[in-house]
Amino acid sequence: MNQGEIVSMVDIVKQPGRLRRAPENFLSEAEIKAVGEGRRDFLRRSFLTAAGAAMTAPLLARASEGDANILQNPEWTTTLGQPVAVRPYGLPSKHESQLVRRESPGLTRVGAASVSFAPLQGMFGIITPSGLHFERHHQGWYDIDPARHRLMINGSEPAFVKKAKVYNMDELMRLPSVSRIHFIECGANTGLEWGNVAVPTVQYTHGMLSCSEFTGVPLNLLLDDCGVDYRKARFVLAEGADGSSMTRTIPMEMVESGEVLVAYGQNGEMLRPENGYPLRLVVPGVQGVSWVKWLRRIEVGDKPYATKDEAVHYIDLLPNGQHRQYTSVQECKSVITTPSGGQALLDRGFYNVSGLAWSGRGRIKQVDVSFDGGINWQAARIEGPVQNKALTRFNVGWVWDGKPAILQSRAIDDTAYVQPTYGQLRLVRGTKSIYHNNAIQSWKVDENGEVSNVQVL
Amino acid sequence: MSRFSRSILALALAGATSVGFAFDHYKGIGRQATPAEVGAWDIDVRPDFKGLPKGSGTVDRGQEVFEEKCASCHGTFGESNEVFTPLIGGTTKDDIKTGNVKGLSSGDLPQRTTFTKVATISTIFDYIQRAMPWTAPKSMKPDDTYAVLAYMLNLAEIVPADFTLSDKNIAEVQKLMPNRNGMTTDHGMWPGASAAKGGMGNGGKPDVKNTACMKNCKTEVRIGSVLPDYARDAHGNLFDQNRSFGPVRGIKTGGAAAAPTAAASPDSGPLDLANRSGCMACHGVNNKIVGPGYNEVQARYKDQPDAAARLALKVKNGGQGVWGSVPMPPNGEMKDADINTLVAWILSGAR
Repeated sequence: MNQGEIVSMVDIVKQPGRLRRAPENFLSEAEIKAVGEGRRDFLRRSFLTAAGAAMTAPLLARASEGDANILQNPEWTTTLGQPVAVRPYGLPSKHESQLVRRESPGLTRVGAASVSFAPLQGMFGIITPSGLHFERHHQGWYDIDPARHRLMINGSEPAFVKKAKVYNMDELMRLPSVSRIHFIECGANTGLEWGNVAVPTVQYTHGMLSCSEFTGVPLNLLLDDCGVDYRKARFVLAEGADGSSMTRTIPMEMVESGEVLVAYGQNGEMLRPENGYPLRLVVPGVQGVSWVKWLRRIEVGDKPYATKDEAVHYIDLLPNGQHRQYTSVQECKSVITTPSGGQALLDRGFYNVSGLAWSGRGRIKQVDVSFDGGINWQAARIEGPVQNKALTRFNVGWVWDGKPAILQSRAIDDTAYVQPTYGQLRLVRGTKSIYHNNAIQSWKVDENGEVSNVQVL
Repeated sequence: MSRFSRSILALALAGATSVGFAFDHYKGIGRQATPAEVGAWDIDVRPDFKGLPKGSGTVDRGQEVFEEKCASCHGTFGESNEVFTPLIGGTTKDDIKTGNVKGLSSGDLPQRTTFTKVATISTIFDYIQRAMPWTAPKSMKPDDTYAVLAYMLNLAEIVPADFTLSDKNIAEVQKLMPNRNGMTTDHGMWPGASAAKGGMGNGGKPDVKNTACMKNCKTEVRIGSVLPDYARDAHGNLFDQNRSFGPVRGIKTGGAAAAPTAAASPDSGPLDLANRSGCMACHGVNNKIVGPGYNEVQARYKDQPDAAARLALKVKNGGQGVWGSVPMPPNGEMKDADINTLVAWILSGAR
C-alpha cells in the first residue's frame, strides 16, 4: 500500500456516505434480493472473499477504514419503513424472542397446574411487561367474558353484612379507583433451592416475581358499601371463578389498611387473562397465591378457612415436623439479575451490576452488594422513587479484573430487617420448607467469564 | 372499637383516597344478592364445619366413584405419583393416636402425601366439592363427595371398610386425622396482633436476624452447594434464553428442553388442543403416563380401517380395559370437530 492510497482512504472516511463502486458481478441477483430482504451475514463473507482476491474497493468498507455499520448505511436508513398500525397491538422486536416466559422441565406434570417463570435476566427497571408476567394457575386459565362476570360479597353469618351484594364490571369501574405499583411473588419462589442449588438461571431461581401498576377499588370501600361488621368479621375469604375456585384467607387488618385492591387494570390496560381478567385481588406484600385471580366472591367471617392452598400446600415444613400455616407476608429479599447464572461476561472491564429488591413489609431502605462472597460489602445506588411493597431497582459499577468473584446482594427494608443468609435461614427452618426462601443469592464468576449459581452459607 | 371509628382509621391509613366510605353510599352501584345466588356460590366448608352440606356416603360407594372419576390421575389407591403428588400413604396407626405424623420429623418419608400434611378434614371435603374431578369441577353431589372422602379415609386406615361418613359424624373423624396437631401459626408472616393479644401469628416478629456488616464480615467464604452438571443442562440452551447483544451472553448448554411456552399461540395445533383439553395429563406423545402414549395408540390402531371412528367414540364416552384397568374418563364437553382433529393427529403419528 503506497502513500497515495492511504491519503485516498482518509478522504473517504472524511466523506461520510460516499460509496465506491462495487466490482462487476460482486453480488449475484439472488444475493442482491437477499440484501433487500435484510440478510447480510453472507455479505460479509462474500466481501472478505472478494477483497482477499482482488484488493479492489468493495461495496462495504474494509475494517481498517472503520465500522462497516457506520460507513455503509443499512437498509433501515436508506429505504422506506412501515406505516402506522401495521400491528394494531404492538409486539416486541423480532430480536427479543429469547426473553419469554418458560417452564422448568420436570417441576410439574400438568400444564394447567403449573408455573411459567419471568425472564428476569434480561429485564430493566421495576415494571414487568404484562406479557412476561409470571404465571401460576391451579386448574388452568380462561379468558372470561367481562359482561358475564360478577363479584359477590357476603358473610359467613348473614349478620356480618348489612346487605350481601352483587356487583358487575360496569358498576365496579364506576367506583372511585386508585392506581398503585406493587410486586407479586409466589410463596414458592426460590423454593427449588431450599436444600441445594438446583436450577441454572435467575429466571428459574427468582422468576415467580413480577411488578405492575394495578388499578382498582380498595376492598374496604366495597366492604363498607355492604355494611360489614368489622368487630366480628376479622377474616376475608377470596374466591376465584376458575375451575379450582381458588380460595384463600386474607387478614382483615390488611383490608382495613386500604392497601388491598379489587383490581381490573394492569400497566394501563385491563388485566391479562393469565393474570385474572377481568378482576383479581391485589394483596400487597403477601404471596401471590392470595392475589386470587378471576375474583368472583368475597366472604367475611370470624375464623380462617384452612382451604386446600393453606392446609395442604403453601404450608412451610419445619425441622420438628410442624408446618407453619397461614404464612403470608413475603419478607425482604433481593437478587442480582445482571450478570446472573447461565450468563458469560464479554470481557474484562466495566459492568453495571443491576438487580431487584423488595419487601412485603414496606419500602426498601438500602441494598448492599458484595463481590467477594460476603466478606466486604458496598452500598448500591437505589433507583427512586422507592415505593411501598414494590420492586426496587439497584445498580452498582464494577470493573471485572478477570479473576474469580462471587456476587451477592443484601436488601434492608424500612423495618430494619436485613435479608438473611442460607445458613441463618436453614438454622431455623431446615431445608424442606419449599416456601418463603428469601436467602441471599450468590453468583460465582469464573476466570472464563461464566457466571453460575452457587450457595454461600 | 366501633365500626364507625374503624372506618375513620381505615380512611386515615388509606391516605390516597379522599372519599368517605360508608354503607350503601354509592347510588346505583351494586344490588342485593338473592338467597339463591348466595347459596349457589357460597359452598365453602370451614374447619368448624360451617357450610358443610347434609349428606352421607359409604366406603364402598366411594370406591366406585373414585375409580370412575379420580383413579385415572390419583391411582386406584390414591397412591399414584404420576400426575399429582400422592393422596394416601406415610401415616401410621400411632400418628392417628398422637395427631402428629412422625415421618415429617424423622425424615423417613420419601414424599409428603396429602394425608401426611392436612390437619383439617374440612379442607379435603371443601376441595373435592369445589374443584374435583380435574376436568369437571363442581360436578359431584354432596353424597358422592362424602363417599369419596370415606374411601380415602379407609385407604389411610382411619376408618373401617364398612364406614359411612356423614355430616353427623365428620367431627368425630376429625379427631382421628393423623396430622391434626401438625400446624402452627407461631410465626411472623401473618399480620396483626400476636396470638396472646387476640391475633393469630406472633405479632410480625421475624425468625432470623442478619446484620448489615460492611467490612471484613467473615474470614472465609464457605460454598455450600454448586450447580450440578445435569442441572446446568436441564433447562435447554441458555444461550437462547438471553439477548444476542448487551453486557453478557447466555452460556451454550445442552438439551432441547424448555421450549418457550409463549411461542406457541393458543391455536397453533393439535398438541395445544390436547394440552388445553386436559389430555396431556394422562397421555404423553411418546410415553405412557396414566393412559397409553400416543405412539402406542397409533401402533395398535394404525392398520384398522375404522380406527378413527372408534377412537373418537372412546374419547367422547370414555373406556376401560384395552390398556389396563384405569378407565379413560368421558370427555362429553369436547366438540366433535376437536375430537376428530385429535384422533387424526394421533393416528398420523402425533407430530
